[in-house]
Amino acid sequence: MYRGIFSKEGNAIWISHLDLMRVLQRSFRRAGLLLKHSQGFTPHPALSLALPLSVGVSSCCEIMDFELAEGQVVAAAQLAGMLNAVLPEGIHIQKVYEPTRKAKELTHLRVAITLEYDNGIKADCLQMLTELFRRDELLMEKKTKSGNIVTQNILEMMKDVSFAVIDGETLCMECVICAQNPSLNPSVIPAMILRELPDYAPDFSSVRRLAVLDGEGKPFR
Amino acid sequence: MTDKLQRILPTVQKPARYVGGEYLQIVKDKSEVDVRVAFCFPDTYELGMSNLGVRILYAVMNNMPRVWCERVFAPWGDMEEAMRKHDIPLYALESHDPVKDFDMIAFSIGYEMSYTNILNMLNLANVPLRSADRQGLENMVFAGGTCAYNPEPLADFIDFFSLGEGEEITVEIIELYRKAKKEGWSKQEFLLAVSKIDGIYVPSFYEHSYNPDGTIAAITPLYGAPKVVTKRIIEHMDEAYYPADTIVPSTEIVHDRTNLEVMRGCIRGCRFCQAGFCYRPVRKRSANVLCEQARESLRISGNHEITMSSLSTSDYRELEPLMDELLDYTMPRKINLSVPSLRADNFSRELMLKLQKVRKSGLTFAPEAGTQRLRDAINKNVTEEEILTTCATAFSGGWNNVKLYFMLGLPTETDEDVLGIADLTYKVIKTWQKHATNKKRGLRVHVSTAYFVPKPFTPFQWEKQDPPEEYTRKQRLLKSYMTAKSVEYNWHAPDLSQLEAVLARGDRRLCAVLEEVVRRGGRLDGWDDYFDYQIWLDAFAACGIDPTFYTTRGYGKDEIFPWQTISVGVDREFFWREREQAYRSQTTPDCRMECSACGANALCKEVGCDV
Repeated sequence: MYRGIFSKEGNAIWISHLDLMRVLQRSFRRAGLLLKHSQGFTPHPALSLALPLSVGVSSCCEIMDFELAEGQVVAAAQLAGMLNAVLPEGIHIQKVYEPTRKAKELTHLRVAITLEYDNGIKADCLQMLTELFRRDELLMEKKTKSGNIVTQNILEMMKDVSFAVIDGETLCMECVICAQNPSLNPSVIPAMILRELPDYAPDFSSVRRLAVLDGEGKPFR
Repeated sequence: MTDKLQRILPTVQKPARYVGGEYLQIVKDKSEVDVRVAFCFPDTYELGMSNLGVRILYAVMNNMPRVWCERVFAPWGDMEEAMRKHDIPLYALESHDPVKDFDMIAFSIGYEMSYTNILNMLNLANVPLRSADRQGLENMVFAGGTCAYNPEPLADFIDFFSLGEGEEITVEIIELYRKAKKEGWSKQEFLLAVSKIDGIYVPSFYEHSYNPDGTIAAITPLYGAPKVVTKRIIEHMDEAYYPADTIVPSTEIVHDRTNLEVMRGCIRGCRFCQAGFCYRPVRKRSANVLCEQARESLRISGNHEITMSSLSTSDYRELEPLMDELLDYTMPRKINLSVPSLRADNFSRELMLKLQKVRKSGLTFAPEAGTQRLRDAINKNVTEEEILTTCATAFSGGWNNVKLYFMLGLPTETDEDVLGIADLTYKVIKTWQKHATNKKRGLRVHVSTAYFVPKPFTPFQWEKQDPPEEYTRKQRLLKSYMTAKSVEYNWHAPDLSQLEAVLARGDRRLCAVLEEVVRRGGRLDGWDDYFDYQIWLDAFAACGIDPTFYTTRGYGKDEIFPWQTISVGVDREFFWREREQAYRSQTTPDCRMECSACGANALCKEVGCDV
């Protein structure tokens, strides 16, 4: 098995998870590589993405695991170059290697949320936002897979929150969030600002994944 | 600050179709380009990117030095609304530059119900709709595609039409435009010069006058424009450009596969089929050329499916050796091979077994009519025995899913013909009961009826369309006989097919109606989500036009057709002979059995039809 780390940026952020699977599968064929296929009537290629990325979110740390068909002997170090030559713009593989850890050990993500204020950042904005995420709880209702509605405290799934002023109109918020069991969709963070502090809600926000982490907060590889 | 487009994209469905950036899209340096073409497809990205003609011409134009052709598609309703709200004009996918900045705006038109999208796209681009309101060379609007054979309902909007296959004529048009731009010609000077190119129709160079009863009294060419404009063809398919290095979309499209074009034209001569006559004469690619194109385009695209397309692929003489060779390449690479439009009469068992090796797709037949008498009248030369024999073979081979396509409202149709559809369906069920190897999974028969639309350049171009009440009566009659549990019967609603009939045989008086429909918010009419019949009825009323003039009235034997100026190479006399044959329920043999002297072979200067 191989593991690749890739980034998804620019126009490519609009490619959905399912479409990305197809884009990657085609790229393997273009590179002259045949993925291993499952047996059965509709064979599926052995390619999986660790954490589906929402449409519109950029990332420099996506993880894909794959297996090549029997007889395809290629050194891991060569694979990134072969694939990058045939990938659409915005998708770039940084590294391919043979993994030692299981994908389920990837439990946390470091994300950056860019908050854009078209009329400028209010003087007390930073303070208000900082205090918001220092509260004891921020409750949110979430529908589970079984259809039940549960109430979650999203602050329990967030840590290491920090803010940086980029320019007069732009703030950057960084934090570490839970990625698996349970997981927090980072797009709820700006929604929470809108709900709790409507006067400090950004006119536009965008999310970027910065790093994949294990339970101890170390980079997952 | 994030730009306006990036801000609206998170709010719309499938944003990937609005940004470009796909593998193998073509980007050029603007400072090294003389002519920029915005190549517009008047429907969604998913449909436009599935169109082989669009892909060929995109490459043909971009293969020209100092010419940059970019793609433009109609936005879905949510995107259009967001674009209008945020003042984002229609833009091209490669550069994201507004369409208004382009030298030429080209449309590929294959479906009547996309006409409103053309107007809506021009409007969204802030380009004046009417040709007369566009001065100067910039934003020169031209169009081609199957619908250009009767371009009259668009006559006031499109500066000129390019008729027939575009591989060569498009280059001639753009070279002329490049010269005109360099030398600073007026628009009129350019139109005069472009009208001299074979296959170019400039609608403003023809004056249409009308009789008191509304029919056309005369069509008068002006400025020395040709009396008849004949479509262009590519004679040698083996040398015709094939876009092996075509764009690979990053989002799923309708035909998400490599498309091999095995033939152009059709030997069959079904009398309702516009494509069957408009794409004549029949020309094929050699199997060795096709294999090479298949391997190259699969290698370049990484596609996991390939299809062999044409109007009737099972009539391709070298089909079996071609499939054998393709399967040698595709099987070990887990690539699917599919063959659309197989005919019941020559669907051999071997062919079926070969297809089965890859994937068992559904079995689809288009008998079009329920009785042999009516099938003979429309020259759909397939017999009930052939259909049932093929079904028997398929059922014994494990198939258990059949689709049957029919039309209602065909010329000479009686209730007996309508009930013949139920009868044939019943016989298919009986055949399954007798031959099925695995009855546990049950049988599904999908029966679908469409509402016949008479089209120009067919033997039925003179016909009355059934009134909608009559169509609905026949459809209900049939429904009352479709009682078997294994049958699923679907039918088309009459509204859309009526409008198709109006636009297909319409004249330039309909330009006002189209403008009115778009003004009232009509667009994306090919989609149930957006089609609004009432808008059309209101627009007809506002313009004082009776749509039944174009549908249930029928056209006189010697009446001047709105599309009279245009020739697809098939003679009007041939169409009339074929119509008379239809009324005698007599068939005409296919081109391979006997030439019926349609006239299309005269389009070939160097070689005869491939039959």
